[in-house]
Amino acid sequence: MLQQSIESAGAALHPLANSAANYLWLVVVLPLLGFVINGALSLIPAAKIGPCDPDMGHDGHSEHAGHVGSGDSHDDAHHPTRSRYVGLVSIIGPLVLALSFALSLSIFLAMRGTEMTTPFIQKYWTWMVTGDLKIDFAFQLDQLSMLMVLVITGIGTLIHLFSVGYMKEDPGYPRYFAYLNLFVAFMLILVLGSSYAVMFIGWEGVGLCSYLLIGFWFSEKANADAGKKAFIVNRIGDFGFLVAMFLIFANVGTLDFTGVAASAGTFAFGGAVITAICLFLFLGCAGKSAQIPLYVWLPDAMAGPTPVSALIHAATMVTAGVYLIARSSFLFSLAPVASLTVAFIGGLTALFAATIGLKQWDIKKVLAYSTVSQLGYMFVAVGVGAYTAGVFHLATHAFFKALLFLGSGSVIHVMHAAYHSTHKHDDAQDMRNMGGLRKFMPVTWVLMWIATLAIAGIPPFAGFFSKDEILASVFARTSHSTLADASWLGIPGSTVLYIVYGMAVIAALLTAIYMTRMMIYTFHGPNRTGEKEQEAMHETPWIMTLPLAVLGVLSLFGGWLNIPPIMSFLGPALSLEHWLEPIVGASTLAVTKGEAVHLSHSTEYVLIGLAIAIAVAGILFAIIFLKPSKLVNKERSEPEVGFSKVLENKYYVDEIYDKTILKPTYALSKNVLWRGLDAGIIDNMFVNGSAFVAKGFAWMGSRLQSGSTGRYAWLIVLGAIIVLGVFSFR
Amino acid sequence: MLAEAMALSAVLFGIGIVGVLTRRNAIIIFMCVELMLNAVNLSFIAFAQYYGMGGQVLVLLVMTVAAAEAAVGLAIIISLFRHQKTVDLQNINLLKG
Repeated sequence: MLQQSIESAGAALHPLANSAANYLWLVVVLPLLGFVINGALSLIPAAKIGPCDPDMGHDGHSEHAGHVGSGDSHDDAHHPTRSRYVGLVSIIGPLVLALSFALSLSIFLAMRGTEMTTPFIQKYWTWMVTGDLKIDFAFQLDQLSMLMVLVITGIGTLIHLFSVGYMKEDPGYPRYFAYLNLFVAFMLILVLGSSYAVMFIGWEGVGLCSYLLIGFWFSEKANADAGKKAFIVNRIGDFGFLVAMFLIFANVGTLDFTGVAASAGTFAFGGAVITAICLFLFLGCAGKSAQIPLYVWLPDAMAGPTPVSALIHAATMVTAGVYLIARSSFLFSLAPVASLTVAFIGGLTALFAATIGLKQWDIKKVLAYSTVSQLGYMFVAVGVGAYTAGVFHLATHAFFKALLFLGSGSVIHVMHAAYHSTHKHDDAQDMRNMGGLRKFMPVTWVLMWIATLAIAGIPPFAGFFSKDEILASVFARTSHSTLADASWLGIPGSTVLYIVYGMAVIAALLTAIYMTRMMIYTFHGPNRTGEKEQEAMHETPWIMTLPLAVLGVLSLFGGWLNIPPIMSFLGPALSLEHWLEPIVGASTLAVTKGEAVHLSHSTEYVLIGLAIAIAVAGILFAIIFLKPSKLVNKERSEPEVGFSKVLENKYYVDEIYDKTILKPTYALSKNVLWRGLDAGIIDNMFVNGSAFVAKGFAWMGSRLQSGSTGRYAWLIVLGAIIVLGVFSFR
Repeated sequence: MLAEAMALSAVLFGIGIVGVLTRRNAIIIFMCVELMLNAVNLSFIAFAQYYGMGGQVLVLLVMTVAAAEAAVGLAIIISLFRHQKTVDLQNINLLKG
């Protein structure tokens, strides 16, 4: 089918031409197929007609997943029905992903066997031709997109497996897998698209799926609102992406990555046009990847099922912005001012979100702000031109954050089952209701600690290597780079970079603190759930712990992807850097003025020592000062005061946005646009006005029609005289 | 000869118009319309003397139309009278806007 229409765009000469890469389209089509099948199954109504809402429960912030009704058959009367096709969906959903992953692995192996310097581009059809604009629907396979495809399909498969256990009792089970499959398909289009336009299909598609999955339990208004919020905030970012695309096309005349990269040299270095393009691109990234000021949607996105948070709002979709900047590195390396903006916003976001994370009680909210913070790190990296470091942190973060989210999903699952068994309605996500879960879920406990150490930056876990590389890169760029020479809002670039470095270091300390806090309150100390509830608590089934274990291994050894040269005793150094060399190497060198980064060994040891010291200090601080035994239940806990209250309320950013943007927009829409423009000018002036004018003429016409025959006769005669007169005297 | 015929025709036509415009009785107005038609017929006949037989053909046509019109018009007037008990057009103005 598709394959026949493939035109070989120079593919005949490409080293991958006759390899597994020929089936690249199948990587995307498989999840799409899963979407079609699961979507069709979801349209068939459930066996029993039951309420759509999986739970009629309590407050809107808690999650309603995991109705493990096992053993309580008396509960079935008001228990919502399971889908009829659980078995079929459980096979199709993860299977398409697993096949897709296997295929990408074989493509990866084929790629490793060849020296590949140019991207492998597969054109399927011409999407649109208008004037000078010609856009092909084509996929581009290179080292960067290969890495992304592996992360997406690999972690996606694990999360699909986890979802089988997590969502089994949900009446919307087939719908859930349909959305999840569709998400993966769009995400793959995003990373495989060979031009900004094709990438934009995926960009919008993942936004749609994110919206659908955040509002998965849409019968609760808070969830539906969270979905809408995500969609609308993302729309602001998409506007930036679109404007950047228009600017690129207007200046270069093409939207293909290869074409833009080839003519990027025509831009003046640091000129207004290239800076504008990069800043607009970054606006798009800020929306999709939850950076200040557009990060507000991501914490609310936790209203969706927890595996969704793991896949979409931690591991893959939110990293699309980082991918976009790494993909456009040839543009960003030409715009030091825009790059400094990216780095500064990234650093600020990392610090800002980390402080909020310190005082959250909802276990998923802690992880959400942690995600925002870690995304900030990635933007620091791509901002300072350390594109490999950014992508490296993207990959390791995908490992440990997916693990953390799935682990929290297991915890919530168990907590929910416990409350369900005693019919108690309490918040299953609040850490004040947990505590001491180590006894009940030892496997989850160990794996969550691995992820926590990884994110805190303790060697040899994955996060240490990537975070250290980012910090070292920022430090190295403070001198002898185009960024340090540039001036940002009148501040010298090197000063900005020192500030960014400081923010990133403080954020690293806070990360260690809040992650340890989360672990201590969740798994250590006495249990605060309740005596009766404890009986129902037990480790989750293997289908949920297995993906966790795999992610645990990845979080442990993910750092081996890119070992710094001074630690080459651990294994081959900088393998990721060499892998990504053809894509971002030139841009990285452009930022560092053509020379490889050179930090003296002593400096590097100091930096590494500092990073480790900070992480250890943060963890020790949390262990010493946080006393889980003093913590009480959510219901009985005192409200926070002072700065803690500000942190708990997320700096009131939502409230500030509400007052400064939403309320004025509503007022403007209501008073000016609706009452003034729509009701006033359009409805009253144009619609009613034209009717009024017509009515006036009709009234005048109707006066002529008096019904008196004599007057008609007069008028006829008059008309005849006028006609005769006109003919006679003209 | 033609001038005299034209003058007579114009006079007859003028009498017809004045009758239509000034009288109220439907029957009289009707008769005035016939008068106008016949004034036109007269001018056709006069023209036929000088310019060929076409005028006479048209006269036959006008007479046919007039006969048909008389039949329909009188029928309308009769039925009007049955309903309104009058043929005074001032009282018949149901169709006003």
